[in-house]
Amino acid sequence: MAGDGAPGLRIEARETGFTRDLMTISWRSIRAIPKERQSLIPAIVIPVFWLAVNVGALEEVAGRLFPELDYRGFQLPVAVLFAVTGVSRASALVTDLRGGYFDRLTVSPVSRLSLLLGLMAADWLLATSLTIPVLALGWLLGVEFATGLAGMAVFVFIAGLWGIAFTGFLYAIALRTANPSAVASGLLLFFPFAFVTTSFMPRDALTDWMSTAAGFNPVTYLLAALRSLVLDGWDPNTIAIGLAAVLGVGAISLSLALMALRGRLDPA
Amino acid sequence: MPATHRAAARRLVIPRYLRQSVTLAIETRGLTKYYGDVRALDGLDLEIASGEVYGLLGPNGAGKTTLIRILSTLMHPTSGEAMLDGLDVREHSEKVRLKLGLAMQEAALDLNQTGVELLQLQGRLYGLRKREIEQRVEELARLVDIGDSLGRRIFTYSLGMRRRLDLAAAIIHNPQILFLDEPTTGLDPASRHRVWDEILRLNQVNGMTILLTTQYLEEAEHLAGQVGIINGGTMIAEGPPAELRRYFGGDVVVAKVDVDQFPVSRLGTVEGVQSVEVVDGSLVFLVDDGLRALGPITVALAEQGLPAEAVTLRQPTLEEVFLRLTEKQPSQPPGEPGNGG
Repeated sequence: MAGDGAPGLRIEARETGFTRDLMTISWRSIRAIPKERQSLIPAIVIPVFWLAVNVGALEEVAGRLFPELDYRGFQLPVAVLFAVTGVSRASALVTDLRGGYFDRLTVSPVSRLSLLLGLMAADWLLATSLTIPVLALGWLLGVEFATGLAGMAVFVFIAGLWGIAFTGFLYAIALRTANPSAVASGLLLFFPFAFVTTSFMPRDALTDWMSTAAGFNPVTYLLAALRSLVLDGWDPNTIAIGLAAVLGVGAISLSLALMALRGRLDPA
Repeated sequence: MPATHRAAARRLVIPRYLRQSVTLAIETRGLTKYYGDVRALDGLDLEIASGEVYGLLGPNGAGKTTLIRILSTLMHPTSGEAMLDGLDVREHSEKVRLKLGLAMQEAALDLNQTGVELLQLQGRLYGLRKREIEQRVEELARLVDIGDSLGRRIFTYSLGMRRRLDLAAAIIHNPQILFLDEPTTGLDPASRHRVWDEILRLNQVNGMTILLTTQYLEEAEHLAGQVGIINGGTMIAEGPPAELRRYFGGDVVVAKVDVDQFPVSRLGTVEGVQSVEVVDGSLVFLVDDGLRALGPITVALAEQGLPAEAVTLRQPTLEEVFLRLTEKQPSQPPGEPGNGG
């Protein structure tokens, strides 16, 4: 009979702890990914497209301007950024918010922080996975990592970190608005990050104003770090600056997301 | 008159027997909630004994769902106190969440999961161990009564299946206190009776305290030992259904006559008659004392040339009590916080 359990063994709720909650929420999110395969197609196709088009259109021009530059290796980090940026369960969160399932989660004793970080953990896993087809294409095009396999692992780690740093903005929008259109529009935030920087040419080739603007863009330093791993070999200083830029963006986006979460959980 | 005095003067509560000796599972004092300028709850006082099924009735916008959301820690009140099992829901929200289960007005499910996945996830969120989860899923599968469909993704379920799965998710951890917000709205009669049976079983076998909101008077009468009628965010009547009927309804005399074209207002002046109306071709008199009113009504009908084929005396239904009370206590219009609800 429902609810009775075995004699003398009453089943009832008990406190769980942050780690278990984080794993539970992450696992739910990870398990949902294969059920939404259609959402993965753009995340795979778009970066491959960008890599192919940029190399095809600009490789010769870049070669004339910078004869020493391996333009394919130069473009690989850009394509990877396009793969990992916007990989997010924020749309699924909106569905939970609108359908009432988020209420069901918050009525349970689950850690509030894990409701957000669990989603982000799944995003990180997916984002790092999505770098693989792009790296494979780069390998087919003849790109080799100057830092070897270890450098490739650091490359994937930093790219994944950028993915979840950016997704914090999308969670903030999702939690604040519960509106799927607003979340989709949030991806537009990536445009200034992606294009007011060294996406196409080294900074030396940019006009003065563009170079100045790129100096304020954290993605410039992120790309520099990733490119150093592909083209130059180990450069701790460049990697550290790139990592700091990602962590800075992550700190801002996560703070916004946490404020939105608090507003959602603690309505006045 | 200040709002609180007006509310107190209006509230008519039947005292609960042995009130001093009961342990309270749910208690609110002066619970008030504003949405902007709109007052959803107006100093609501509520006491629900441990192990009781309590039915909360009220028209749309009366404040039922707001009350449930506050009690289940989903929302903070503007003022007042709400306690579950002696714990303030705001100060001890984490402990409170271990004690409660909630099935909301619309099934709150992740449609992309299978029924089993959803229940397993719920079990993990409530700290159940793997074997406990397996045991509970097996038990609840019988409650949900959807056979092999528990392995299917939820978006393929019918509305009734979703509501039953939602109830199963709410009770996977055997909560001490269960909130059911209109649990059978939209269900077919067979599904509704199945949910009713489970609610009664949870209360009788597991001793679960259950607060259910409903718009179905029949449901409240069938399930609840105590009923509260809420309107404009304040409690206007409370007590066992039978006593509410007796106390607030007086008696009902139904006279089967040929009433076509007859102005029924001419019978409203008969001694002891509060009101009279035509329902389904019969005259329905609401009277203070049925036995005393039978004679004068029969005489008055004869004098009007309306010999009755049959005259019956009965208690009012809970629906008649509800309509009478909520018509007398209209909901406060939005944006008028000082009107006293």
